[in-house]
Amino acid sequence: MVRERESQQQQQQVSYTVEQLVAVNPYNPDILTDLENHVNEQVSSQTYSLDANLCLLRLYQFEPERMSIPIVVRILIKALMAMPAPDFSLCLFLIPEQVQMEEQFKTLIVLSHYLETARFHQFWDEAVKNRSILEVVPGFEQAIQAYAIHVLSLTYQKVPRPILAEAINIEGLSLDKFLEYQVANSGWALEKGHGRSQLIVLPRNEFNHPELKKNAVDSVPLEHVTRIFPILS
Amino acid sequence: MASSYDYDEPSYDSRSYPPSSQASDVGYDPNFVPDSVKTFVVHLYRHIREKNVYEIHQMYEGSFQRLSDRMFRESPWPSVEAVAPYVDNDHVFCLLYREMWFRHVYARLSPTGRQRIESWDNYCSLFGVVLHGVVNMQLPNQWLWDMVDEFVYQFQSYCQYRAKLKNKTEEELQLLRQYGQAWNVYGVLNYLQALVEKSMIHQILEREKEGLEQFTATDGYDYEGGSNVLKMLGYYSMIGLLRVHCLLGDYHTGLKCLAPIDISQQGVYTIVIGSHISTIYHYGFANMMLRRYVEAIREFNKILLYILKYKQYHQKSPQYDQILKKNEQMYALLAICLSLCPQTKLVEENVSTQLKDKYSEKMLKMQRYDDEAYAVYDELFSYACPKFITPSAPILEEPLTNYNQDAYRLQLKLFLYEVKQQQLLAGVRSFLKLYSTISIGKLATYMEVDEPTLRTILMTYKHKMHAVDSDGKIIPNVDVDFYIDEDIIYVVESKSTKRYGDYFLRQILKFEEMISELDRVKLD
Repeated sequence: MVRERESQQQQQQVSYTVEQLVAVNPYNPDILTDLENHVNEQVSSQTYSLDANLCLLRLYQFEPERMSIPIVVRILIKALMAMPAPDFSLCLFLIPEQVQMEEQFKTLIVLSHYLETARFHQFWDEAVKNRSILEVVPGFEQAIQAYAIHVLSLTYQKVPRPILAEAINIEGLSLDKFLEYQVANSGWALEKGHGRSQLIVLPRNEFNHPELKKNAVDSVPLEHVTRIFPILS
Repeated sequence: MASSYDYDEPSYDSRSYPPSSQASDVGYDPNFVPDSVKTFVVHLYRHIREKNVYEIHQMYEGSFQRLSDRMFRESPWPSVEAVAPYVDNDHVFCLLYREMWFRHVYARLSPTGRQRIESWDNYCSLFGVVLHGVVNMQLPNQWLWDMVDEFVYQFQSYCQYRAKLKNKTEEELQLLRQYGQAWNVYGVLNYLQALVEKSMIHQILEREKEGLEQFTATDGYDYEGGSNVLKMLGYYSMIGLLRVHCLLGDYHTGLKCLAPIDISQQGVYTIVIGSHISTIYHYGFANMMLRRYVEAIREFNKILLYILKYKQYHQKSPQYDQILKKNEQMYALLAICLSLCPQTKLVEENVSTQLKDKYSEKMLKMQRYDDEAYAVYDELFSYACPKFITPSAPILEEPLTNYNQDAYRLQLKLFLYEVKQQQLLAGVRSFLKLYSTISIGKLATYMEVDEPTLRTILMTYKHKMHAVDSDGKIIPNVDVDFYIDEDIIYVVESKSTKRYGDYFLRQILKFEEMISELDRVKLD
C-alpha cells in the first residue's frame, strides 16, 4: 500500500514538472518525450491537461517526423472526453490534413461529429464498433455520459426516460440503479409523465430555468463602485 | 510596419518573388549617402542619445517616410556600412537603422532570400542586445510596436516564401539548405517569450493592479532616467505571441498569451492604433474559432466603432492602408459571427449600418445554409483570416511542391465543417421566434423531420449556442432560448436589462464634480 502511494506521489511530482515546463519553456523540442509520457500518465491516472497536449501537438507540427500516431489518438480521445469544451476541434486545428486521413482519426472525427450534433444513438453504435480504439483510455464511457447529461440539462426540465436511456446508453435495471444514485446524490427527481412513462426531473439551472438567470448584465463590479467611495464618506 | 502590398493581394496565393528584384535599381549604389540621409541619421542619433522621444517620433514617422517617398521609392536606403561613420559607428544605432532598412525593402521592394536571412540575423542581434539589459534608450511606442509587428510579419512572410519551392532557383534552394536556422519557428517563439519574461511585464501589470507600479499611467515610458525599450518590447511581444499562435492554428494558447492584458479597458495596447487593431482582430478571430461568438461580436463592434470615429486622424500615416484593410476584414468576420449567432442588441447603430452596406446580401445568403451559403462563408473566411503558416522545415528534395496553402486549407475546412454542423439551427431559431410554446410533435411536422431528429436538433442548438470559456464556465450565446418539459417546448426570449448601475455611477461622479466647482465660486 505504501509503495503504491509513493509511486502515485512520484507520478504527481512528474506531472507537476511537466506543467511547469509547459508554462515556462514550451517552445523547446527537448520536452517532447516528457510530454508524450505525460499523455500516457493522463490516460492511466484519468487526469487531463489541455495545455500540455496542445504544446505537444505544436511540437509535432514543428517536427512532423517525430509525430506518434498512437499518442495523438490518445490526445484526441481525451479531448472528446472533455466535451462540451471545444478541445477536440482545438486539437484538430493543429493536426495536418494528411494525418487526419488515417483511419483512426476519421473514426474519431465521426464520433466527435455525432456528439457535437447530439446524435447519441449513432454515437454509441459507432463507439461499440470501435471499442478497441477507445478501450485504451479508461473513463471514456463515464465522461461521455457526463457530457450527455450536460446537454440534457441545458435542454430539458423534465426528460422522458427513453431519451435519457439513449443518450447515456444505459437501459433496464442498470438504468434504474443509475437513477437511484442520481436521485440520492445529484438532486434528480422522478415523476410520472403522460402515458405512464417515467419522467426524469433534472436539477434546476439557469439554462433550463430561465427565471434563474442572474441579471449579471446589471451587476456592477466592485472596482467601479470604489470610484464613489470618496463621495460617500 | 507590415507592408500593405502583401495583404492586398487579390487571390490568396501571394505573388512569387522575382529572384533578383534589385535588377531594376540600376544606379543603386549602397555606399552613396545623400546629404539628406546624412542629416537624417545624424539628427536621429543625437535625439536618441538625448532621449528626446518626441523628436525621435517625428523623425521616425515623418522624415523617414518623406525621404523614402522622395528618394527611395524603388531602391533601398544606403547601406548601414556607409552610414555608420556619421553616427560614431554606434552598434545599437546601426542595428536600429538596419531594422528600418529591411522594413523599407519589405514595404516597397521585394526582399531576396539572402536579404530575408540577413534581416533575421539583424533581429537576433537587436533582441540580443535588448535582452542583455544594456539598452539605455527611450524609443517611441510606435517604433517599438512596429519592430515586434514587423518581426512577426517577416516570419509569416518567410514561411510562405519557404513553402513555395516549385520555382526556386538552385541558389535559393541552397540558401534554404544552408540557413535552416533563419526564421526557425522555435527561434521566433523563444525570442518573443524571452522578451516577455526578461521584461517582467506580467509582474509589472500585476503590481500595477495593486497600485504598486506606474505603467499605463506613463504610457509605458520611464520618467526616472531608465529605458522603456525592454518593457515595451515585452508588452508588445504578448500580442506578437497571440498573433503567431493564431498563424499556427493554436487559438487557445494564443488567448492565454494575451490574458494578462485586460482588453475590457483602455491600456497601453490602445496607444498605438496598429497594436490596438492587431490585438482585437486576433482576439476576435480566436474567439470565433472557439465558438465564443458573442465575445467576438462584442469586441469587433467596439473596435469598428473606434475606427469609424478616429480613422480620419490617421489618413496621413503610413499605417493607414493597413488600418483600412483590417477594418474591412473585421466587418467580414462580424458578418460571419452574426450569421452563425444572430444578436440584435450587441452591435452599435453606426457599425450596423456599415455592416448592412457591405454585407446584407451575403448575410442573408449565409443564413440560408444551402450550397451558396457555404460558398459565401468560404469567401468571407478566406478574405478575413490570418495568413496561416506551415511552421516545419521544408523538404528540399524532389518533387518540389508549393505547400504554402496547406495550413489555410486545413483551417478553412474545419471552419466550414463547424458551419455545416450548425446547418439546421437557423431553421429552429426562426420557428422558435414565432411561438411561446409548441409541442415537439407539431414542430417536427412543420420542420418536416421526425421527432427523434427534432430532439437531436434542439439539443444541438443548445450545445452550440452555449460556449465554454477558458475557466470552464458555460456562456450562453443565444438570443432565442427555450427549455423542454417532457414534450412541450417553452420559448424564452432574452430580455436586455438596462444598465442602471453604471449610469448612476457616472452621474454621481459628474454631479460631484459640478458641486465642488460651484463650491469654489465665491459670492460677495
